[in-house]
Amino acid sequence: MKTTRRTFIKQMGYVSIGFSLLGPVCLGKEGTYPNANIMEPEDPDHINAWLRVLEDGRVLILTGKMELGQGIRIAVAQVAAEELNTRLDLVDVNLAETGVTANEGYTAGSRSIESSAMSIRHAAAAAREKILKMASQKWDRPSSELILEDGMISGGDQKMSLYELLEGKQIEEDIGEPAEIFGKTKRKIVGQPVPRKDIPAMVRGELEYVQDLKFPDMVHARIIRPKSYTSKLGSLEESGLQDFPGFLKLVRLGSFVGVIAEEEYQAIKLSWEVQDRATWEAGEELPADVPLKDYLRTLPEETETEEDKGDWKNAFEKAPVKHSAAYYKPYLMHAANGPSCAVAYYNDDKLQVWTHSQGVYPLRETLANLLEIPEDAIHVKGVPGSGCYGHNGADDVAAEAALLAVEFPGRHVRLQWMRDEEHLWEPYGTAMVMELQAGLSKEGKIVGWKYDFWSDGHSSRPNGEPRTFLPARFLDRGHGVPGPGFKGGAVRNSMPYYTIDNLQTTSHIFRGPLRRSALRALGAFANVFAIESFMDELADKAGKDPVDFRIEHLDDERAITCLRKIKRNTTEVNLGEREGIGYAFARYKNSASYFAVAAHVYVNDEEIVRVKKMWGVIDSGETINPDGLKNQTEGGMIQAASWALREEVQFDKDHVTSRDWHLYPIFRFQEIPEVDVEVIDRVEEDPLGAGEAAQGPSAAAVVNAVFSATGKRVRDLPVNPVEKYLR
Amino acid sequence: MKTQITLNVNGQQHEVNVDPQTPLLYVLRNNLGLTGPKFGCGLSQCGACMVLFDGKANPSCLMPVEQASKMEITTLEGLADENGNLHKVQQAFIDEQAAQCGYCLNGLVIASVALLDENPNPTEEQIQESLYRNICRCGVHARVVRAVKKASTT
Ligand code: FES
Ligand code: FES
Repeated sequence: MKTTRRTFIKQMGYVSIGFSLLGPVCLGKEGTYPNANIMEPEDPDHINAWLRVLEDGRVLILTGKMELGQGIRIAVAQVAAEELNTRLDLVDVNLAETGVTANEGYTAGSRSIESSAMSIRHAAAAAREKILKMASQKWDRPSSELILEDGMISGGDQKMSLYELLEGKQIEEDIGEPAEIFGKTKRKIVGQPVPRKDIPAMVRGELEYVQDLKFPDMVHARIIRPKSYTSKLGSLEESGLQDFPGFLKLVRLGSFVGVIAEEEYQAIKLSWEVQDRATWEAGEELPADVPLKDYLRTLPEETETEEDKGDWKNAFEKAPVKHSAAYYKPYLMHAANGPSCAVAYYNDDKLQVWTHSQGVYPLRETLANLLEIPEDAIHVKGVPGSGCYGHNGADDVAAEAALLAVEFPGRHVRLQWMRDEEHLWEPYGTAMVMELQAGLSKEGKIVGWKYDFWSDGHSSRPNGEPRTFLPARFLDRGHGVPGPGFKGGAVRNSMPYYTIDNLQTTSHIFRGPLRRSALRALGAFANVFAIESFMDELADKAGKDPVDFRIEHLDDERAITCLRKIKRNTTEVNLGEREGIGYAFARYKNSASYFAVAAHVYVNDEEIVRVKKMWGVIDSGETINPDGLKNQTEGGMIQAASWALREEVQFDKDHVTSRDWHLYPIFRFQEIPEVDVEVIDRVEEDPLGAGEAAQGPSAAAVVNAVFSATGKRVRDLPVNPVEKYLR
Repeated sequence: MKTQITLNVNGQQHEVNVDPQTPLLYVLRNNLGLTGPKFGCGLSQCGACMVLFDGKANPSCLMPVEQASKMEITTLEGLADENGNLHKVQQAFIDEQAAQCGYCLNGLVIASVALLDENPNPTEEQIQESLYRNICRCGVHARVVRAVKKASTT
């Protein structure tokens, strides 16, 4: 197959979006390239794994990452255009797609710029060097006399397109180490706030989301949900269903029940009908009558010392001032604006899936195991959906659509979750409990630090194991429920970034009652919220300014610069009655972006905390697109403030009860603070992941501001629980 | 029972043969191919599905299509003029880069168009108030308010 494909590309000289082996091809609005049968991606060490020269003069960039609203398409287009010295409109981007783009795992952990964009930068720089060398040999001119610009190469009176120069072939050579990176030396496009190309399409309603895909023969499906995570289907009277308008098929696989109809609203109505007819056996009860915070501490746990430096206990005992505090963060929801959606098509033993998953290859592998279909018979194409902020229902709905498509071959099956399915069945960000103790010296320095945190695992992404999919547990095939998940997510940012000689951090990992997976920043949200709240409490005990106190415990100049700037940006703020300002800082993962933040809050007459304004300073090393970085950071600040002030997943003994936007309220427009973000661009540094940097610090800054406004310390989130609004 | 229903959408008459109880949103998206309006909640809680009904912005996800037949409907696709020139609100969203995933954008643009129609010069507070029905999970609110403000002065 490999040889055929290579020959094919050599002959045709372009790559396609389509996958015509598998029947009808989705060309959609973005799929305007000619078809070719690409079954596996090129070797990622080769230039053509990342970049293809098209006949019409454009360059197609292949990224293994997904557009999640973070603007990865414009960022990778910028780095490529810079290296190829070309106009941006000549650069197109193909998002993650099995068999086409490199396998870059998941689009997660704020790593798309660090990994994918840098691979593309190197591939494009290497391509430029190869192209110049080829032209130099062809025309027998030194490459210093040649110019590569906008897809044309010229020298003296000679000029030709890249496509002509390559004679329709692609550049298969190794990327190696390019001699010059224009992104560092010239920087004409990189570092500029280049507008995104997808926004004009969005405002016209022309951007195609996975939810908008349409195929001529497409049918619609809905799932009938059980009462709880563990309840089983009792009875289901099927007779007469076939008389309902549009009915095509009822799919029953154990306790997994879905219905397929010609039209979408018919499928919805049928799902209501089937739900009315179904009886469900009660499953295990959820611990609804104990406060969750207390309940979590009663669970069996795996305890591990994560860091142990000096003798914290001794230092703490001797300290003249001692302080301790406990914090709590509830389950939080990704709560995507658009419910999860996928289209699946099964025919001739082959499966095609269109998905907004963050990882097309891991999804493919896990689908293969779930459905017992060989991986090379599955094609998974990433199509942007609603922003996800981590691992939400995207993979689950893809698995469900695939299960249904296999039962109903020959037509495209579209499945979109309803709002209550998204709210009630997605894997949440886990609840956590955090306890801190520290001693202060006479001079107000931290002398002993002890941090204990209780958390579930943080990620149950598809990893080849079918049980990571929501439907697997209802199939009655013995797949079981997901394993302990990614513990590293819980530990993230549990080590303070401050210089403390004697410290110990200990993780306590439990299996909590609700389904959970990776939510933006993972454990770093709760860890930073706790640590930065506690730093504020310690500063108060030490009688110091909270920003100065932090700076006194830092030896990283970049961190200190962020804090100095945030202080300076907020010196003019006038605080009114019942208003306060709070600060926080963290370096995401202790190795990615630096972020300092301030929040200005007030407490209204109903004792409800509102945020007036937030300021952020972010240092992500080399900035590819400063406006994109700002946008991500502003969004992170607003989202984290919403998490901290308003959000909490609630449940009764059967299941989660936060089923819609009334029962799981998030910030609406009147609650939105003004936001102001300053970007520190460090050209000489490597770019650092940024998309999750704002989460933890923003929550802490809000809570610290509440203290500054009222003298009261909020240690349990959310600050304004739903009940407050009902009083 | 399917019925023949005439809809007036973006200045054109459309005949559709659907169950008259079908919410307008599904008819716009699936029968007329107008996928600007999005399904967000189906509960009139998030604004993703908003369209203009006789110039007023309202959700389309619960409105039975037969009721909608009496009104002039404008969707996101119908805001630009015949030459494809964008409405000033659309342009302002681009200028301010007021989007991340953009799933909420349909509702935000539609609601803002209706607002400026009624109040050509709203304060920031009035903008925030009039967008209270719209959910944005990515947190582009501050940019949206800037965009609407900008559109109001152009
Ligand atoms: S989809 Fe209509 S308001 Fe949410
Ligand atoms: S931009 Fe994603 S929901 Fe608003």
